[in-house]
Amino acid sequence: MTYLAKPKLLRADTPRNALGYTRRDYEGAISTLCAGCGHDSISASIVQACFDLDIEPHRVAKLSGIGCSSKTPDYFLGNSHGFNSVHGRMPSVLTGAALANRTLLYLGVSGDGDSASIGIGQFAHAMRRGVNMTYIVENNGVYGLTKGQFSATADKGSKNKKGVVNADSPIDLAALALQLGATYVARSFSGDKEQLVPLIKGALHHRGPAFIDVISPCVTFNNHTGSTKSYDYVREHNAAVNRLDVILPKAQIEASYPPGSLRRVVQHDGSILHLRKVGVDYDPSDRIGAMNHLQERHALGEIVTGLLYVDSSGDDMHAHLNTVEKPLNQLGDAYLCPGSSALAALNASLR
Amino acid sequence: MKPTDLGAPDYLHKVVDCQWACPAHTPVPEYIRLIAAGRYADAYAINWRSNVFPGILGRVCDRPCEPACRRGRVEEQPVAICRLKRVAADLKGDITDRLPQPPQQTNGKRIACIGAGPASMTVARDLAVLGYSVTVFDSGKSAGGMMRSQIPKFRLPDAIIDEECGYIEGLGVEVRLDHWIGSLRDMLAGGWDAVFVGTGAPRGRDADLPGRQEAAPNIHLGIDWLANVAFGHTTSIGRRVLVLGGGNTAMDCCRSARRLGGEDVQVVVRSGFDEMKASPWEKEEAIHEGIPIHNFLVPVEFVHDNGRLTGVRFEKVRAEYDAKGRRNLVPTGEPAVLMPCDDVLVAIGQENSFPWIERDIGVEFDRWGMPVLDAKTLQSTRPNVFFGGDAAFGPKNIITAVAQGHEAAISIDRFCHGQDVAIRPSPLTNLVSQKMGIHEWSYANDVSEDRRRKMPVRDLPATLGDVRLELELGFDVELACKEAARCLNCDVATVFTPRVCIECDACVDICPSECITFTADGEEADLRQRLKAPANNTEQSLYVADGLKTGRIMVKDENVCVHCGMCSERCPTGAWDMQKFALHVAHAGAEVTPA
Repeated sequence: MTYLAKPKLLRADTPRNALGYTRRDYEGAISTLCAGCGHDSISASIVQACFDLDIEPHRVAKLSGIGCSSKTPDYFLGNSHGFNSVHGRMPSVLTGAALANRTLLYLGVSGDGDSASIGIGQFAHAMRRGVNMTYIVENNGVYGLTKGQFSATADKGSKNKKGVVNADSPIDLAALALQLGATYVARSFSGDKEQLVPLIKGALHHRGPAFIDVISPCVTFNNHTGSTKSYDYVREHNAAVNRLDVILPKAQIEASYPPGSLRRVVQHDGSILHLRKVGVDYDPSDRIGAMNHLQERHALGEIVTGLLYVDSSGDDMHAHLNTVEKPLNQLGDAYLCPGSSALAALNASLR
Repeated sequence: MKPTDLGAPDYLHKVVDCQWACPAHTPVPEYIRLIAAGRYADAYAINWRSNVFPGILGRVCDRPCEPACRRGRVEEQPVAICRLKRVAADLKGDITDRLPQPPQQTNGKRIACIGAGPASMTVARDLAVLGYSVTVFDSGKSAGGMMRSQIPKFRLPDAIIDEECGYIEGLGVEVRLDHWIGSLRDMLAGGWDAVFVGTGAPRGRDADLPGRQEAAPNIHLGIDWLANVAFGHTTSIGRRVLVLGGGNTAMDCCRSARRLGGEDVQVVVRSGFDEMKASPWEKEEAIHEGIPIHNFLVPVEFVHDNGRLTGVRFEKVRAEYDAKGRRNLVPTGEPAVLMPCDDVLVAIGQENSFPWIERDIGVEFDRWGMPVLDAKTLQSTRPNVFFGGDAAFGPKNIITAVAQGHEAAISIDRFCHGQDVAIRPSPLTNLVSQKMGIHEWSYANDVSEDRRRKMPVRDLPATLGDVRLELELGFDVELACKEAARCLNCDVATVFTPRVCIECDACVDICPSECITFTADGEEADLRQRLKAPANNTEQSLYVADGLKTGRIMVKDENVCVHCGMCSERCPTGAWDMQKFALHVAHAGAEVTPA
């Protein structure tokens, strides 16, 4: 479907961030997704998060695979670097890019098909290698581009639009990420920006693999009664464990919370995560507890959302591999290619 | 907050800023769309119904619509509404077959309108088509009143006034010219069913300063002088001319003087430049014609040499504001300024004057000499006498006179039928979806990013050489289309149906002016601060809807909505729709809907 481009007219009092940019400056091309697609709300949340964090657009690299979700990087951060990779291969392309230049902010955007089906191996290895990235899965439980077949994240027993019941077990990507060593794991809902935007902000300020599973209803193929990924179902079964506020090092902390209701996590770069307790006593530093909680609640038909796990002391892939600090493109030819004598010396040292 | 009731008569009308600001509530976006479609005669007809004088107003209206225009809030300059109205008048062709025909038989009621200005002519038009016998009396040689005598011909040629007054005369209205009414008592004795007084504010305020009497031959009252210029009695003026005053009359005076031989014409104003009463564009045009405007100078003396005017002495002042924000002009103490000149035009205000209305015939006047009227019905304390235009509440402008003419005509019609004048017919409104298909609307929702077009004008030397040569050339078709495209179609309203909303946020994300928010309910002041973009313009409403599944409310800040329809295009369930709001104010003869 074609839509008009947004008019460029700006109200005089349009909010601007510290860099002087408006939210509109973080937008991309006009979305061609179906009207009402949850993915568009996630794009808007990414725009909001980058605007709020005063991120310079040219410091971001956004990468994606194939699918409705993977089209979305065209619709946000129009002034950032982008790479639309092969189906399911975003994690390896992103890993390569990160190895070549660790100074950029890496944002991987994928879907349930791209990450839980064809690309599940890639997903798993990016998590366990500790790639320093924000990995967002726009999870709608169906293959929208091929007209609504169940995807690998569709819940067993949920119904498709025609009434067929899904017999296969679902893959819980958040649970996998926890198990595989992601150090920032969250789940959220495209229809709840108040929850989602801070989770994206926290992830962008996290060092190491930060994974966010965002339930994103497909209005065209998966928003009916019997679906477990519809707007109504997610709203009714949303069991948030906490609410997050991200406080940047430079910001003054003004909010006050009743004692015992707040957990503070200081991340590598000094940003502070304020986790406000919602309902249950939940410990986001307990990885095994988090995995248990996910399984328990899933058995009850609930969708656990919030920041499920955060470990701000872990190392990332660069530390594991002892990579060079400087981007390769700044090292110079002589350094990158020291010549045949250096190769001969290296070979000799290994003989 | 209380949910918005779109059925409340004023809510959507207020969203159409231009129409709301227009005293006659002309459906501006509707006629601009017709101009864009090349349907000039239709555009003219809509104007003619609302404001009676589209060709005249398309040139010289005070344009309260333009400062109100939404475009001025989302960009720099409003749509050139007034100039577009002129396009409709210029390009309409023959519209005589669209004009209403008076009924074959009159209803036997006789109405007298005193003065042939815009207010009287509006009353005459509205009543003639209902079968009234209307007679308009005027002391001048042609109809038009102040439009003809005060507005310089280089802004408003006679032919336009002749044409538009002619349409009204063509409805069977009798216009008795050269007819001076010296007594309302005598008039009333003539057995009229009702008398409408539309005699304007005909007296110029004088500057009673030392030297005024002695130098009288070279000191002219602005409005009298303009009338003499208009009718060709005055054809020259001295080389150096000072114009006292900062209103539109002063601007007309200085620009006319410039065309009658005044080489060194200067305007001197008591107030500051920004506080001047003249419309900004009239000040601009004066400056463009090489006329300096001096501010904060109060005239204290006409200086003369044995009766021959040599200059005016001014005291320098500055503005001081008291605790209540009232302005006082305080002398700065600097030495007085003497500005040499050959002629002075005094344009410091106009006053009403009713020496011909006897004070014992039941028409009461207040202590300022103004008639005591009902503000809505314009009925005086003598039930069969009505007022309108500048004669009613002092000098305003043509479009206000027209609006009052419409109201007075309703009152007269109801009065003549023995109905309660205080009960007014309500406007005709309609709200219809504009959806034509997927992403297809019956209006152009692709918002133009063009800037306001400049009005093409004649060469300055040519126009300065001829006081009757029209300066502005009018928009041609291409300019008109481009300018018309700038209209944001504020009458195509965003209408929200909460029942079918699934709260997917698509509208919130797509809205280019960030004016939609879904949030928890609260008081208005609090809500205004926690919307996606703060809603600081409290003159503009918040559109609030409840009944959403999550218990939140939808809040839309009407302030900067560009009516692009993107919310409706992005809405998967049709909860948003673009619906055209039409409002036609009631005119005489409209039925009163029972409450």
